[in-house]
Amino acid sequence: MALALAEAPAASIALDVEGVSHRYELDGKELKVLDNVSLTIAPGEFVALLGPSGCGKSTLLRLAAGLETPTTGRVLEDGRPVTAPNPDRILVFQDATLFPWRTVRGNIATGLEARGLIREREYRIDEVLELVKLEGFADFYPHQLSGGMAQRAALARALVNDPKLLLLDEPFGKLDSLTRLRMQNELLDLWKSAGFTALLVTHDVEEALLLADRVIVLSDRPAAIVAEVRVDRPHPRRRDDASLIALRRSLLETLGIAHDV
Amino acid sequence: MSTAVEETFGGAGRRSLALPFSGIWRNGLFAAGTWSLAAVLTYGLPDVITWGATELFAAVTLAGAGIFLVLSVTVHRLGGVGRTLVHYGPWFIVLGLWLAAWEVLTAKLGWLPKPFFSPPQGLLHVYVTDWERLLICIAYTGRLWGLGFFSGILVGFAGGVALGWSKRFAYWGMPLLKLIGPVPASAWIPCTFFIFPSTFHASVFLVALASGIPVAILTAAGVSQVNRSFYDVARTLGADNRFLVLKVAIPASLPNVFVGLFMGLYYSFAVLVVAEMLGAKFGLGWYLQFNTAYSAYANVYAALIVMALICAGLVRLLFLVRDELLGWQKGIL
Ligand SMILES: Nc1ncnc2c1ncn2[C@@H]1O[C@H](COP(=O)(O)OP(=O)(O)OP(=O)(O)O)[C@@H](O)[C@H]1O
Ligand SMILES: [Mg+2]
Repeated sequence: MALALAEAPAASIALDVEGVSHRYELDGKELKVLDNVSLTIAPGEFVALLGPSGCGKSTLLRLAAGLETPTTGRVLEDGRPVTAPNPDRILVFQDATLFPWRTVRGNIATGLEARGLIREREYRIDEVLELVKLEGFADFYPHQLSGGMAQRAALARALVNDPKLLLLDEPFGKLDSLTRLRMQNELLDLWKSAGFTALLVTHDVEEALLLADRVIVLSDRPAAIVAEVRVDRPHPRRRDDASLIALRRSLLETLGIAHDV
Repeated sequence: MSTAVEETFGGAGRRSLALPFSGIWRNGLFAAGTWSLAAVLTYGLPDVITWGATELFAAVTLAGAGIFLVLSVTVHRLGGVGRTLVHYGPWFIVLGLWLAAWEVLTAKLGWLPKPFFSPPQGLLHVYVTDWERLLICIAYTGRLWGLGFFSGILVGFAGGVALGWSKRFAYWGMPLLKLIGPVPASAWIPCTFFIFPSTFHASVFLVALASGIPVAILTAAGVSQVNRSFYDVARTLGADNRFLVLKVAIPASLPNVFVGLFMGLYYSFAVLVVAEMLGAKFGLGWYLQFNTAYSAYANVYAALIVMALICAGLVRLLFLVRDELLGWQKGIL
């Protein structure tokens, strides 16, 4: 404990996925989902994951969050094996999965309550509410929100905990294109200022290129890494940036989509 | 005429409130009419069978008619209460008719004979002559029911959470619960006599059992059906098991728990009679048995009405508690 206090708490952690294969067991039949995936993410890096639907992207995030242990291989945070969920590594689920019996504010407060930090950090709730533009909806129940608002509330519920690794599973999937752009910028600003490590699953190649330092493409199930692209453009990036357009073209090709898209 | 009747019984009460110029609650007038009819028939026709309280019942119904007469012009000034009264207008009309017909068929014509049927005046007679004993019985039953019901639902709820949460608990507990569940309360009497130090404890146990078992079963079902993703979300947010049970499993299963509570409430009332068979000296259940044994059915009916009213009141109270705790469900259901 004294040691932990002596060290300044790192704002981000490194994530290592070492030769991970994962299988689900379904009525005795085995479903191979991940096939020998290895991935090293440096502290503070922003990595995007692309891949066809059902290939195992969400599964990879569940493994990184510690909700599941890989069938073979290891998942390491700063060199230590991930064995259980921990609020340092927060997963924003593909479905918002807000607690229907809690208001937006109550949902966002969940992590702070669970860790006994609600008194000291209650002010953070209003900050993240503002960040996701839900200030006026703090007392709404989830069923009174639109799909996109629910997604933003789920994002706020994660951010309020100041995670060191943020695992995002298509967090902007249900947003209209304008809100989406704004939220992408908010996320980017937040990532720059808070310095957490980010692993973002998305279907949107453009989104991956606008946000990430590195884009990783997974194959169809069982997912293996088929391509890895470093995006060396400074932020803010423009979507009509020539090198990004070239990258987009080659990524779409890797994903098996025709040239003329 | 037929359209008038249709209007009356088709909830025209609400419409008459909406009419800006009619300051008169028409259904109130009708109710005053039917209640006067009951009063006139009660007072005017001779009793074939004596039940007592004839004049008193006539006076009560007449007073009722008077009240409706006054209400028919003042109800609009009573706000929320007035709206409720107007809503039940057709009921008041039918109630007057029902009282009149009931009087005629029993006391006045004797078609429904003593002691199996009692006219309303007979019930009134019971209330005015036996009210002291009834009050004592209500108090005794209240004590028994309160102790039994609240201990039952407490244990049932805690047990249900444990059964729904822990696989090991469910392994041993669920089969037992399924075996115990359908056993009628009276079957427990022999062993409760042996186990409990007094018959009162045994009675409390029976009421607790009747109310606790549905709560336990439904709570267990509710807790075990909670969407796994809620646990996943809470776990990534740093929740420990205690938090998962108290702040995820329980609130998520609360709608189920309330279904169990409503069932438990009804069962606990149904079991009161049996519970008070165990050598109780007072109590509504005891009152029912005692008077059934003496064929004093008017007393039985009178006590049943009291029980039904108390039960309905408690159900209403439980609804209020539920609306308070499950406000978040509004708009989902
Ligand atoms: N709990 C589970 N039990 C069994 N099979 C599962 C489970 N979770 C996921 N799967 C299977 O694993 C495969 C990968 O699922 P996953 O959710 O990781 O896909 P995904 O890449 O996130 O897809 P999408 O882009 O559509 O969200 C799917 O075929 C799915 O059926
Ligand atoms: Mg997914």
